[in-house]
Amino acid sequence: MTFSARLRRLAGGLLLTLFAFCAGPGTEQAMAQGSSAPDISAPLAQLANDNYGDTEAALGALALSGSPAAAGVVAALADGKLVFSTSPRQVYIRGDAGLIDPLTMQPVADAPAVKPVRVNNRIRRAIDAANGALSLVSPDPAKRMEAANAVGRSRDEAALPALDVALAKEADPKVKSAMTLARASIVIGKEGISPAERIAAVDLVAAEGNQEALAILRSVPASAAPEVKQAAAAAIDAIERNLAMWSMAQNVWYGLSLGSVLLLAAIGLAITFGVMGVINMAHGEMVMLGAYTTFVVQELIRTYNPALFDLSLIIAIPLAFVFTGLIGIIIERTVIRFLYGRALETLLATWGISLILQQAIRTLFGPTNREVGAPSWMSGSFEIGQLSITYGRLWIIVFAILVFVALLATLRLTRIGLEMRAVTQNRRMAASMGIRTNWVDAATFGLGSGIAGMAGVALSQIDNVSPNLGQSYIIDSFLVVVFGGVGNLWGTLVGAMSLGVANKLLEPYAGAVLGKIALLVIVILFIQKRPRGLFALKGRSIEA
Amino acid sequence: MSTTQTRQPALLGTSGLVFLGVLVAAAVLVPILNLAISPDSAVHVPTYVVSLLGKYLTYALLALSVDLIWGYVGILSLGQGAFFALGGYAMGMYLMRQIGTRGVYGDPVLPDFMVFLNWKELPWFWYGFDWFPFAALMVLLAPGILALVFGWFAFRSRVTGVYLSIITQAMTFALLLAFFRNDMGFGGNNGLTDFKDILGFNIQSDGTRIVLFVLSALALGLGYLLCRFLVRSHFGKVLVAIRDAETRVRFTGYRAENYKLVAFVASAMLAGIAGALYVPQVGIINPSEFSPANSIEIIVWVAVGGRGTLVGAALGAVLVNYAKTYFTSGMLAPYWLFMLGGLFVAVTLFLPKGIVGTFYEWRARRRERDDIPGESPGELPGEPPLAEPKPAA
Amino acid sequence: MSDIDTLEPRTAEPAPAARKELTEALLYLDAVTVTFDGFRALNALSFTVDPGEMRAIIGPNGAGKTTMMDVITGKTRPDRGDVFFNGGTTDLTKLDETQIATLGIGRKFQKPTVFENHTVIDNLRLALKGQRRALPNIFRRESAAERERIDEIFETIRLTEHKDRLGGALSHGQKQWLEIGMLLAQDPKLLLVDEPVAGMTDAETAQTAELLREINANGHSVVVVEHDMTFVRDLGVRVMCLHEGSVLAEGTLDQVSANERVIEVYLGR
Repeated sequence: MTFSARLRRLAGGLLLTLFAFCAGPGTEQAMAQGSSAPDISAPLAQLANDNYGDTEAALGALALSGSPAAAGVVAALADGKLVFSTSPRQVYIRGDAGLIDPLTMQPVADAPAVKPVRVNNRIRRAIDAANGALSLVSPDPAKRMEAANAVGRSRDEAALPALDVALAKEADPKVKSAMTLARASIVIGKEGISPAERIAAVDLVAAEGNQEALAILRSVPASAAPEVKQAAAAAIDAIERNLAMWSMAQNVWYGLSLGSVLLLAAIGLAITFGVMGVINMAHGEMVMLGAYTTFVVQELIRTYNPALFDLSLIIAIPLAFVFTGLIGIIIERTVIRFLYGRALETLLATWGISLILQQAIRTLFGPTNREVGAPSWMSGSFEIGQLSITYGRLWIIVFAILVFVALLATLRLTRIGLEMRAVTQNRRMAASMGIRTNWVDAATFGLGSGIAGMAGVALSQIDNVSPNLGQSYIIDSFLVVVFGGVGNLWGTLVGAMSLGVANKLLEPYAGAVLGKIALLVIVILFIQKRPRGLFALKGRSIEA
Repeated sequence: MSTTQTRQPALLGTSGLVFLGVLVAAAVLVPILNLAISPDSAVHVPTYVVSLLGKYLTYALLALSVDLIWGYVGILSLGQGAFFALGGYAMGMYLMRQIGTRGVYGDPVLPDFMVFLNWKELPWFWYGFDWFPFAALMVLLAPGILALVFGWFAFRSRVTGVYLSIITQAMTFALLLAFFRNDMGFGGNNGLTDFKDILGFNIQSDGTRIVLFVLSALALGLGYLLCRFLVRSHFGKVLVAIRDAETRVRFTGYRAENYKLVAFVASAMLAGIAGALYVPQVGIINPSEFSPANSIEIIVWVAVGGRGTLVGAALGAVLVNYAKTYFTSGMLAPYWLFMLGGLFVAVTLFLPKGIVGTFYEWRARRRERDDIPGESPGELPGEPPLAEPKPAA
Repeated sequence: MSDIDTLEPRTAEPAPAARKELTEALLYLDAVTVTFDGFRALNALSFTVDPGEMRAIIGPNGAGKTTMMDVITGKTRPDRGDVFFNGGTTDLTKLDETQIATLGIGRKFQKPTVFENHTVIDNLRLALKGQRRALPNIFRRESAAERERIDEIFETIRLTEHKDRLGGALSHGQKQWLEIGMLLAQDPKLLLVDEPVAGMTDAETAQTAELLREINANGHSVVVVEHDMTFVRDLGVRVMCLHEGSVLAEGTLDQVSANERVIEVYLGR
């Protein structure tokens, strides 16, 4: 999140707080700040002079007063709702119903004639500063925390007095340490600070270890003592090393995320290609059909029951599996079954099928991208250290792993899985043991296609849902399967993850396109070295 | 006299003679119908049709190059389009240099796109392309060297069948991505276009177009004869033997990888020539020529015409592309992909030997029935079982 | 100075003592072990084949017969052990299939493998000893001597009237003979023949035995792997029985079939 965005949020938060102030009775504030609410009648009187110099001075006093009522006054001034009467010389806040006394927050019974206190740019800057300073003493610890952080980031020397006041009063240890840090951030760059104090500040800031700390440490003035500069340089070095590690970790995370996408796209192929020996060039279109299933499900939900939107993906997954699985079975029964043992011919026929499916979708849904929304639990992110993790990526990784495990379990533990393995190993023997090989072929192809459909549901969240969706995955998927070793699901897993991570680790150095090219070349070279992939099945294969 | 003294069939069979006859007839008739017949006449061939036919002929040559390795060695290259495009780029670079000051920016040396990218001087790999013989050499060498390097690695480590297909596809995909980049210095997305003239002749003029058409026909004819000669030589017999039983070939003492490599490089160079003739006739070369889909489409031409029959490959290319032109220009345009897709499926299912292959089979059966002795089939014996050699346990 | 020149090759050569003993043997295998995923296909297999010798190898399924051939022809690299050819001059484990074939070791596969889309005569032409390099073969013409040699082979394998048929159109037995003919055309010093009579009629089996004896009589060493005991008896040569990757028994067929352990392996207990 950018700095300015944070400030905007801070401002929004302040307004909300103010709203609570205006609406509620004043008791809460008194409790939060203790019984001895500071007296702000002097600056209020100054405001009533409606003189820029006085107003600015009053704002300064209000900011340092630490009084909760002061916040209301400053906000009213910012909104042009602070008014004053000349006789008596007094300020009021213009509320919805009438004038309000800023000290008691009670409506004023017989309202005098009033004029707004004037504001110019100089005053506006003073208002901003006062707002920041006042939120440092806000009754809400979260607000104080945020204000401390904002001050730390702004490194505004003018905020130092307010910060010192707030620090003296602060009881919450967490907020206190944030304020100490903010103070250190300001002190580092300030002229006329003793070396010892500056080094203490450097240490404090260095402990943060992030990009901002780096920027703060670089603000040590050239005039600072050599030992300070040395300490800062050492701290910068350490942080940079640390950050490089985090950025590497972040890239690995992106790589795992890409890897799980590749895994989802390739794992169905590992079944149809690896297990059955069918080169299914229409595999990408199965993924595409899965994505369009998601689109249709969401459209129906939007039309009939918008409340279910968050469940749309959960609903789409089984539907996509069944739908693409059925399409797969139809393809197998009508085309593929005539081509077993002729791998290269399956490539041609399924390429034809992929063209037909693409064109069919283009005819039905149009050639442009369709909008597939993300349910609320897929959006947002959280942070671990310097690592930013979005929920969308996280869920896709989890989903990929679930699919992988489910597939492995299906092959290992179920009857149909046993029959599939039997048919792959020795078709004739399996047939003579009463296994209906035709049915198993259809089921296997259906399973592979169905998985591709589920992958499509996940990919609809990160890629454009268009008739060309499948095309962008087919080459990568084949490379993953071939790289990992045909006929080995674990190979597909390792292949997908290592290609994903390698891709993302290459990207910062080579750029996205060159990285991709480099990876293709690496895989091509790797296949020269190990023509049967990473996890080749060894054995006495006699070709002749 | 030896008992095994068999009659060596002539270099050309019946179908080969018919093919060359049609080609010669086209090369003579089309120019006449374009130049000597009044544009009002019904039999006049407009110039755009001449270029269209010329394009078909370059496609036919490309299909021949695929058939040489797929039909006779069993190498299903899904990257043949890359060699075609490289030949095309070599020619395109020559044509770009010929534009000279007539470009939009009028730079005497730099092509427009380089001026647009703020480049100050010509990249080293553009040197020499203003000289036609050098460009012509590069038309052969660029695809040839790529094929040599790629094939040397792949065949030596015995990458075969599906694996080879997939890495050839990865190769052309990598080139596609590379040529899309502006930094590569090949015009990026837009490719090379706006050509003005070739060897001093206006590239748009009827005369130049006729000459390019005739050259394409000539190249196709010579390419056919070359392939025919290759596949009928002892070398070619080894190729077919490799296709059918590679292990046996190795145990017989042949270096299968060297044979494959020679065929692969020859095929890449043929594709390069096809690309070089294609570019001046269509007036543009851009990275989409590298797209994997293009390479797969070439395979369909060959499959439709008849894999392992050279005449079939050429015929398939012309037929499919004629159909493409016909359908994509009319109301049926949205349905073209349905048809192309259906064609893929139908050919693999119902016509695995392709049109010409099926015709040969039918002729062979009829001869057997009528017991006509003698004449052997025009092409190499038999149709390959399309599958790679199956590993037996 | 000249000392160094003359000394160098001598010191470079390992010259193991074993070499001297095996100068006589055409093929020499010593302690060859091959493992596939923990399964020992060959277990310290040792034997020799003399020039001009014919040897029959028997053994139950999985005894390692095919793996042994794979090792000799360079298809499989042994984990351990020595394989020498030509009286110990050539280390076969360092060469690939093509080099070994060129040295003069021909192999007939268990499943008959001929070039199915070539005519019978083209099959022989391809196998015929001669130019193997790619480029020269583009312009190669058949010489009169080569034609004569092919005629001779046709007579030996009795396929003259089938010369213009496609290899794939031959019967199973004919393919076996064509493949043996192709081996002869290669003119190897050593023929490795894997189950040549599988699927043959009795008459064909007898003819094949005669054919192999004829080939052997012409100076070729032959190693035959076969299950068919009648055929092995017809060959009338020294027999070696393999079991679990090593030699179980060796001698005449009668000696080997009388061996108790051989009986145990074949019949079980």
